[in-house]
Amino acid sequence: MKKSNDHGKPETGHESTNGSGQKYGMVIDLDKCTGCGTCMVACAAENNVSVRADQSDKERVITWMRLYKISNGKKFPHTEVSYFPRPCMHCDHHPPCVSVCVATATKLDFNTGIVSQIYTRCIGCRYCQAACPYGARYFNWWDSFPQDKGMDRYLTPEVSPRMRGVVEKCTFCHHRLMRAKNQAYAEDRRELEEGEYITACTEACPAQAITFGDLNKPDHKVSQLIKHPYAFRLLDRLGTEPKVYYLSSRDWVRKLADNFLPGEYEPVVNRTWAEDEWSTKPGRDEF
Amino acid sequence: MDSPLIPHGVKRCTPGVFFLWTLPWLALLAWGGLSAFLCLWKGLNQTNMSNVFAFALWIVFDLAVIALGAGAFFTGFLTYIVGRKELKSIINTAVVIGFICYSGAMVMLGIDIGQPVRGWFIMWHANIHSMLVEVSFCITCYLVVLAIEFIPLILENRQIEKVKELRFLGHNLHEIMAVFAATGTFLSFFHQGSLGGMFGVMYARPFAAREGFYIWPWTFFLFVLSAIACGPCFTILCTKLTEFLSRKKLVPDDAIEFLAKLSGRLLAVYLILKTFDYLGWIYGIVPRSGLTFMDFFRDGPYGVWLIVAEMIFCGLLPAIILLTPGGRKSQGALIFASLLNCTGIVLNRFLFIIVTLAVPVMPFDRFWGYLPTWQEWGIGLAVVGYGFLVFSLAYRYLPMFPKEIELNPVPSE
Repeated sequence: MKKSNDHGKPETGHESTNGSGQKYGMVIDLDKCTGCGTCMVACAAENNVSVRADQSDKERVITWMRLYKISNGKKFPHTEVSYFPRPCMHCDHHPPCVSVCVATATKLDFNTGIVSQIYTRCIGCRYCQAACPYGARYFNWWDSFPQDKGMDRYLTPEVSPRMRGVVEKCTFCHHRLMRAKNQAYAEDRRELEEGEYITACTEACPAQAITFGDLNKPDHKVSQLIKHPYAFRLLDRLGTEPKVYYLSSRDWVRKLADNFLPGEYEPVVNRTWAEDEWSTKPGRDEF
Repeated sequence: MDSPLIPHGVKRCTPGVFFLWTLPWLALLAWGGLSAFLCLWKGLNQTNMSNVFAFALWIVFDLAVIALGAGAFFTGFLTYIVGRKELKSIINTAVVIGFICYSGAMVMLGIDIGQPVRGWFIMWHANIHSMLVEVSFCITCYLVVLAIEFIPLILENRQIEKVKELRFLGHNLHEIMAVFAATGTFLSFFHQGSLGGMFGVMYARPFAAREGFYIWPWTFFLFVLSAIACGPCFTILCTKLTEFLSRKKLVPDDAIEFLAKLSGRLLAVYLILKTFDYLGWIYGIVPRSGLTFMDFFRDGPYGVWLIVAEMIFCGLLPAIILLTPGGRKSQGALIFASLLNCTGIVLNRFLFIIVTLAVPVMPFDRFWGYLPTWQEWGIGLAVVGYGFLVFSLAYRYLPMFPKEIELNPVPSE
């Protein structure tokens, strides 16, 4: 028998979140991102992401929010660099990782749009990692924390540390949603206000490059930003429908966010950020 | 010393020679045992697997041995369901090889998962949409079927046969073997296919993604076909190796030739369909993903030569040899073609596992390479050692080749 979700619809792993519930999403303005890495640090600290004495093994360290440095590949003086923060995309349509999971340890919540991970159910087969094109899933190759260093005193009490041998990923700081919902319940409210639930990376970004909110609410800033002509998604043409959007006025940045055959990419504007400093002008977000 | 255990009327080497023969395989098993202990105790950080290479050497070994072990179900199907009597002289060998391959793969999978004690969650919290659930379920069931198919052969041991009840059980199991052969065929069709489906359904990985029929990507059907095309060749190889080492003829030529001919035909059909699959992928999925075929081989150690080797040297060439009567009759050519055929399937699985993960999907990501650690090799090669050991024991103490006495009459003293 097929399981039903909270809307009473059969759950096949092929649906996307509908318009009736919340659909949390994120917009990252790459023109504002300075690459400072605060989002990565805030995310790791907030979510008890495990650390090792040597974090240089980049293929095996855990970075729910990972910052990529990208370049237009041109020589000086035409070199341009951008930073590309990459959390889990929380794919909205048939998330590649969800349908493959053997033990139903990951699922797309139709009420929030968040792709969750149940650590105590994950068997560590890593099929989800193989299926995810964004590299957003991480396996615990080691025990999570050194036991005798007193690091447990720095753990966030609301987030369970993960054991060795399971996969973990960005949860859009799901515990913050729970906290905000509890607060709303205590105040006899059914709806969350905009900004009442935001992720740790959103809160920490000093350049305010990250905006978080409900994509189903037209008055939320994220809903407006994703209609911007400069808005795009990472690997959009694969059809995963990420709920993380990016903004950039630079064509080469947008072009690097997906694969294009020669002549396929249609530039939004031909001028680059370096030429007209568009992104720094007042009214940047009120297009 | 162990002569009471050796079947009547056959000649085997002395226990001392046999012990020496088992030493390298025991050494491989010890290496694998140490590696397994380290992986279970310290974790999978003992391997060179990473968040990029989530699947690695062990999964290649798993998929390869499961494909090579397909001779068991396919020969069983041909013997008991289709009724090819000549294959009765080789069915025992096929079953033993199948049992070795599947049990070895199961143990390797048990170590490969991060939380081995939660392995049963696959059945308990099964996600029916996951191809890996279908694989796990069918492999587990099929291993039981293989064990049941293996039991009558074990019960034919000279000493065990003396126990009346066990002899009775063995005889009755023989009588209903067609039921298990049919069950094995059904289960094998689905898990061989689902192993292919596992990669075809990864729609966000353009190197592996395939279109298909209903819920099954084309890789589902191609994996079944490639497994039954190479499985019999692996059975032939093992038989020929045993014949070479024991300096005896063990299986009549008609059985070998039938399997070789069938393998050749299936390989030819597979190659035609695989060519269409490649063309459909190159002109369909790849450009739709914004890529060209050569983009997958732009960088890194895994070049387009892998596909050329898979399709031409390890596909077309063995198919031609196996389809030619002269090629099948020549021992050298037959063994060469069987070796190439088996190598081809390993290459095919390697492409779907390692190259899929090495190719970055995000344009600003880089190509990755991977080299296994000694622990990974240890566990992989332990399966080879285990295989040699079980096969050698089965050959020494069980009547694995029913025609052995007929083909090698012992001169009366």
